[in-house]
Amino acid sequence: MEKNIKDLEAEFQKRIDNGENIEAKDWMPEKYRKTHIRQISQHAHSEVVGMLPEGNWISRAPSLRRKVALLAKVQDEAGHGLYLYSAAETLGISREEMIEQLNNGTAKYSSIFNYPSLTWADMGAIGWLVDGAAIINQVMLTKTSYGPYARAMVRICKEESFHQRQGYEIMLTLCNGTEEQKAMAQDALNRWWWPSLMMFGPRDEESPNTEQSMKWKIKRKSNDELRQQFIDQTVPQADILGLTVPDKDLKWNEDRGHYDFGEIDWEEFWNVVKGNGLCNRKRLKDRNAAWDNGKWVRDAATAYAERQAEKRVSKAS
Amino acid sequence: MNKEWPIWEIFIRSKNGLDHRHVGSLHAADAEMAIQNARDVYTRRQEGVSIWVVESKHITASNPEKSGEYFEPAKDKVYRHPTFYKLPDELKHM
Repeated sequence: MEKNIKDLEAEFQKRIDNGENIEAKDWMPEKYRKTHIRQISQHAHSEVVGMLPEGNWISRAPSLRRKVALLAKVQDEAGHGLYLYSAAETLGISREEMIEQLNNGTAKYSSIFNYPSLTWADMGAIGWLVDGAAIINQVMLTKTSYGPYARAMVRICKEESFHQRQGYEIMLTLCNGTEEQKAMAQDALNRWWWPSLMMFGPRDEESPNTEQSMKWKIKRKSNDELRQQFIDQTVPQADILGLTVPDKDLKWNEDRGHYDFGEIDWEEFWNVVKGNGLCNRKRLKDRNAAWDNGKWVRDAATAYAERQAEKRVSKAS
Repeated sequence: MNKEWPIWEIFIRSKNGLDHRHVGSLHAADAEMAIQNARDVYTRRQEGVSIWVVESKHITASNPEKSGEYFEPAKDKVYRHPTFYKLPDELKHM
């Protein structure tokens, strides 16, 4: 007998409450499916667009050691994009559709990648801060309720810690270098600190989806909790570098056991989200160019595969 | 020409003597390309010594809605496990 939607939803919620993972072919509320398609594809797009600011520095890395590390990191990001696209595809959206949404600007990706990478120190700051913030979010997501997403996250987290360490090592080297090099590191921290805090999204009271996401265990911690965790663990790391976090209100609060911090410029946040950041247009242009310029390669591979298949058929007959 | 490449499921043997395990999936124009891409994506840190690829459409899965009737019958068959049989403690090598 056909079960009605209410029963199915109640059963679904019970499974989630019991800590069960939901798998691709299981029944799920349409909104759960849609939310996941949106979130996972945005996450995939972020990995892919995230290659652009760093790709900018591969050919100008200051040593071979730095160059192979950065190259390996950027290659990892491509892999992470793939794991995530595959996870999203299990929910019934095609790869092509997702790429189209990215390329025509209807899909979002993390706003952090709409900031420019101006100096070599930015490679350090991105690895340290941007990957650091991403790891906090992604470690939480290894426990997310949707199985394919959670498994992709486990794989990504394993690879991601090298990213952060290589970034911090770049910062450390600069901070132990000349005055100019240390100033360059400080400048990178100044520019990347606030955008990194924005990566966790709007404040909890401004984040209407949080409640449902927590109920479905898509998220297991709120934006503000994750942001606080990032600040608490990153400030001592800045101290080791001898750098100053660009927030005059930042101070340890003994009672809370956390750092207090200043107000984020939410106007800037929303402005970048809406497409008016420094690099939004450039990133989309570069993504589209990469896609268009790769078309002949994709076509050639398809033609070759078809030809080989035909050959096999004619040999067999 | 605008044809999406088929999806392949990727299985990796992490070292000799172990089973191939499912690690994920990817798109590729043909099997050879699927293996090459799997090498690049899933074995960048020496995770494997052998790769299998299978086009996803060739996999038939059991129906999760029927998992109750499929798998529950094994639940009450405790006599299939060695611990079901009560034997004296002094008995060795069994």
